[in-house]
Amino acid sequence: MLQGTLDLLILRTLIFGSQHGQGIARAIQQTSDEELLVEHGALYPALQRLEERGWISAKWGISANNRKARFYSLTPVGRKQLLKETSKWNRLTAAIGRILESEEG
Amino acid sequence: MFRRKRKASDFGAEIEAHIQLETERLQEQGLSYEDARTAARRSFGNVTNTQEHFYESNHLLWWDNFWQDIRYAARMLRKSPGFAAIAILTIALGIGATTAIFSVVDATLLHPLPYPHPEQLVTIQDDLPGVGARDVGISVPEWHDFQRSGIFQYVSALGGGDTNLTGASEPARIRLLTIPPNYFALLDVKPQLGRSFDPEDQTPGFNLEVLISDGLWKRAFGSDPHILGKSVRLDNDLYRVVGVMPPGFHDPGATVEESNTDVWAAAGFAGPPAPPPQRNLRILPEAIARIAPGLTIAAAQSRLNALVASLQKEYPTDYPLQSGWRVRLVPLAETVVGNVRQSLILLLGAVGLVLLIGCVNVANLLLARASARGREMAVRQALGAARARLIRQLLTESVLLSLLGGIVGLAILFCAKGFLLQIMPDSLPRLNEVSINWSVLLFALAASLVAGMIFGLAPALHAGRVDLIPMLKQEARGSTGSGEQARTRRVLMVTEFALSLVLMIAAGLLLRSFWDLLNVRPGFNPQSVMAMHMWLPVPNDPDTDIYGSPAQEAPFVREILRRAGTLSGVEEVAIGDIAAIPLGHGRNDLNPFALVLEGRENQSDDSPLVNATIVTPSYFHLVGMTLQRGRLLSDSDKENAPAVAVINEAFARTYWPNDDAVGKHLKLNNARGTTPNRSWTTVVGVIADARTESLAEPSVPQIYVSVYQQRSKDLAIFLRGRLDRSATPAELREQVQLINPELPVFGAQMLTDVVTASLSERRFSLEMVGLFALTALLLAGLGIYGVISYLVSERTHEIGIRLALGARSGNILRMVLRQGLGLAIAGAAVGLICALVVSHLMAGLLYGVRPTDPLTFAGVALLLIGVALLACYIPARRAIRVDPLVALRHE
Repeated sequence: MLQGTLDLLILRTLIFGSQHGQGIARAIQQTSDEELLVEHGALYPALQRLEERGWISAKWGISANNRKARFYSLTPVGRKQLLKETSKWNRLTAAIGRILESEEG
Repeated sequence: MFRRKRKASDFGAEIEAHIQLETERLQEQGLSYEDARTAARRSFGNVTNTQEHFYESNHLLWWDNFWQDIRYAARMLRKSPGFAAIAILTIALGIGATTAIFSVVDATLLHPLPYPHPEQLVTIQDDLPGVGARDVGISVPEWHDFQRSGIFQYVSALGGGDTNLTGASEPARIRLLTIPPNYFALLDVKPQLGRSFDPEDQTPGFNLEVLISDGLWKRAFGSDPHILGKSVRLDNDLYRVVGVMPPGFHDPGATVEESNTDVWAAAGFAGPPAPPPQRNLRILPEAIARIAPGLTIAAAQSRLNALVASLQKEYPTDYPLQSGWRVRLVPLAETVVGNVRQSLILLLGAVGLVLLIGCVNVANLLLARASARGREMAVRQALGAARARLIRQLLTESVLLSLLGGIVGLAILFCAKGFLLQIMPDSLPRLNEVSINWSVLLFALAASLVAGMIFGLAPALHAGRVDLIPMLKQEARGSTGSGEQARTRRVLMVTEFALSLVLMIAAGLLLRSFWDLLNVRPGFNPQSVMAMHMWLPVPNDPDTDIYGSPAQEAPFVREILRRAGTLSGVEEVAIGDIAAIPLGHGRNDLNPFALVLEGRENQSDDSPLVNATIVTPSYFHLVGMTLQRGRLLSDSDKENAPAVAVINEAFARTYWPNDDAVGKHLKLNNARGTTPNRSWTTVVGVIADARTESLAEPSVPQIYVSVYQQRSKDLAIFLRGRLDRSATPAELREQVQLINPELPVFGAQMLTDVVTASLSERRFSLEMVGLFALTALLLAGLGIYGVISYLVSERTHEIGIRLALGARSGNILRMVLRQGLGLAIAGAAVGLICALVVSHLMAGLLYGVRPTDPLTFAGVALLLIGVALLACYIPARRAIRVDPLVALRHE
């Protein structure tokens, strides 16, 4: 996966509300139609990093099936960051797309 | 780290929760609990890895490791106190000595002078390269020109001289410095009490104001707070005290003795007692200046060159082209330090070598230990310790060792500080500024760290390169070092020998120089000669001077000679000026005279300066100077008789290289005082050269004139005979004061002591370098002893077999000794090459011996090899006493 992509995916997932680690992993997998297989273990250092940067916050809560889990939610800074990262991502993919098309053509 | 720390257990709980949630999800899809949990774990990946990742991101890992290493290292050192003590002590001595020398270097060479904006301070030196004279002093009109030029903020000068002080609690002999009124404004130092002189004061002579030193204020006036406005009598005249300088203020003089001025008197040097200003009368021996702000020394120099050129055009008779008058600006800091820079750098280099040798020794000890700890390292590596991590741990251990060594070294230094300062020669410049300050402490810290790195590196690198399998297999003989380690130890040994040899050769060369100087024939005989100083007062008004002319002084001198001759034990008596004390006078004690030679008087009005020594006729026989041609001064060369002079061979060679000097005529114009001489002086005799200026200088031109024809104020009374060091000075003083009770007679010295003292700086460097060299030799001996002992113990088994098979003990002895000898010879060879480079660098400190002196080189190399053989002999003896049975059972 591209550097920073995982961060972007996590932020994007959290836009719909707070979620715990396992939920985030599942959501990424499902929304990408099982295209992106995230090793769940790799998720946690990323979550840790984002939390350190203050883009997400975390607190322990109870999951839907009554389990204790640590829930992550977007902070206002994280929301802004998501917008920035998204547009950057779009520009980047568009640029790469253009290059690839011109190669083909 | 600013964020709240998250506990590892919290992180673990989160991971556990994740796996639980995933398991439940998979169970919902119909898997059994076991299958679901396995699948959940698989999709999670490496749990431990994730946790480690978390831990590392959460902690300053290196800090943790560092603490762990420190604790571990401390434990290791506690476990082997003997090793730790030897290593720490070796390093402590090295760091202590290096820091001590550095503190001197720091004060003398590195620290700026203790005045505001020291970079603006310069010395102004006049050179006359055309007549081969350097730093001849400057004249009063030149001083005024420089002052007005706009190149300098202030130009000032330092006169010299002692004076008799009365008006304090008791009459005292004090150091007086005569300076222009702008002196303190130039240095930018204010008195602690009262005021300093008005820098704009234009009084031509003395302005009758003085500043006194803090020391004199406390000593002679009991720190009297009402001292200001009181009068003190210096020689014949009354001066008003206007201020007291702060404690710790020193003139920018070179040495302790020169910088301890008691009284500063201001004079314009343009009126009595100074002669009327003349361009070629260079009465100011030392001129200092503060260059205008914003001007660099180079810029000031180029502007000064322009000024000099225009002055030369304006006064062509005063500055004839052939004398090549030139004015140089030298940073004051440089003039103050003078020629000790080379000695100090040599000492620092020597002591640094000792430290390095100490490091090599400790490295060897560490290597021996490392081979004992080989299995420990191998086990740790087998358990997954990274190589870098092991290296870091070993380096931590060695740096801890060296830091402890540094602390102990500093502690020793603090305790020995007073003693060390005492053994430093007084002539070392800026000695009073030597202190253990922050930069010295910082140096000690840096030296310790670097030392630790140096001696820790070899063992640490080895530990990282252990071959695990054989190391772990060697269960019984776990202490055998690898072949590579043995090689490193040999390389270290050779290095140590080489370094020691360099130091010992440096010491050997210095020793030979010193020995040669001690055994040099000085050309005079200092045995059983005593000299005492006497000073005739100089009143500011020349008309009131009762010793103002040779005619007035002569009866007094004759009376002293008569009375001194009656003292018990005295066989011969003579009187001269201070410059007549061989090796016992400073530059300011000389009487510079402008020399004019008959027949050549029009070649240069800017005549060369020579130092005339003023003596009574009995002087030559008393100090044992021998006549070569003509005659000596005699009692008939009286006040009214034609003026005569005796010169030495160097003088004759310099001025009449192709001619007999006897009978030649010359004129001596006192450069510092009286009006030019009208009459000619005849050279009546030539004496052999004597080393009166420095034992290292065989021939300096000297001219001697009679005290009856040329008066002097600084006198020395010379006595030869069976003298009583303690009684004679008092008896002599009594006799002189029977003639004039106000005259001080002081400073009795035996001439032999004066000769010895003249070598004090050389003796000091010799003693220090010698001490360092001995230490190096000792360390090298201990080092090779350790290595050979180790090799012998390693080969006990082999030696046992050899003995069992019938080897003779002589063979074994030779075998072991050959190993040591090989190392010593290799070290000596490398050392000789390095020593060739080093000895050329120190050529300026040598006397009479070439930097490549084969005797020293060969002797020192043989000595080193001999010591090495001796050090090897002890373990070799042990080797031949090996009992074959015990050795074989050893396995």
